[in-house]
Amino acid sequence: MKIAVLVFPGSNCDHDAYHAIKHVLAADAQFVWHKEGSLDGFDGVVIPGGFTYGDYLRTGALAKLSPVMGAVRRFADSGGPVIGICNGFQILLESGLLPGAMIVNESLKFICDYVTLRTETARTPFTRSIPEGTRLRIPVAHYQGNYFADDETIRRIEGNGQVVFRYCDAGGNVTPEANPNGSIGSIAGICNEKGNVLGMMPHPERCTEPEMGSADGRRLFESMLSHIKENAR
Amino acid sequence: MKARIYVTLRKGVLDPQGKAIQRSLSHLGMEGVDEIRVGKFMEVTLGEMTRPDAEKLLDDACRRLIANTVIEDYRFEIEG
Repeated sequence: MKIAVLVFPGSNCDHDAYHAIKHVLAADAQFVWHKEGSLDGFDGVVIPGGFTYGDYLRTGALAKLSPVMGAVRRFADSGGPVIGICNGFQILLESGLLPGAMIVNESLKFICDYVTLRTETARTPFTRSIPEGTRLRIPVAHYQGNYFADDETIRRIEGNGQVVFRYCDAGGNVTPEANPNGSIGSIAGICNEKGNVLGMMPHPERCTEPEMGSADGRRLFESMLSHIKENAR
Repeated sequence: MKARIYVTLRKGVLDPQGKAIQRSLSHLGMEGVDEIRVGKFMEVTLGEMTRPDAEKLLDDACRRLIANTVIEDYRFEIEG
């Protein structure tokens, strides 16, 4: 089992993702430079956070044109698990692998804080071992995390069960006060129709061990690895 | 050949930056500004080509990269 951690110019959470998979979960992780055109031999893909291309034009807009994104599309089309975290989520949105777009936080502030998420579905490879309704403590760190899509798209993704995480309060209630950035529907993470591509603004790779303040993020990577193991049988 | 591209947020997309600027103007005592929407303006220099070719190129560039049509509209002007 081998997990690709993509590295673009400006990625800065790549080492955290690598650490989570390689050292915390003792699975094989390998950095893949964005100029690579193939992901052959990999069983999962992590598109980490950061500021690819300095966020020029729009977040993720230039990274979507890197050669490796063609390989990610093929990997996703074949059903392989792909997780885009923060800027990785923005890249997935810009590349059209996930619907919608990110706009500036309603508060106009960069938000760096722990948030509580409510797990809305266990249908993705990353949430299969996290029961619906489970609350997770995971930090966010973004300026453009205000999820936007037109009404029709929102209806479609809600109807298909593509909303994977919502911002909620400590009791699990989705309220305007618990929404850090103004996202429609308090959406923190969505998946594609098939469920194998997940994008989320919070950073599970930053909370995989108790000494990091929370180990909840570990559950997403464990889920992914168990999914891969099961499918390899 | 020169061209100008304007990228603006689509109607219905929140523009907190525009709102903040509008509020700041009223703090300056300037009343009467009801709304500000912030967009992007680009000056483009094109090589030798016909006008229809330039229009096609710019439209393609806007659609595929320069604007994100989920949240933005675009228009362009070609000089001359």
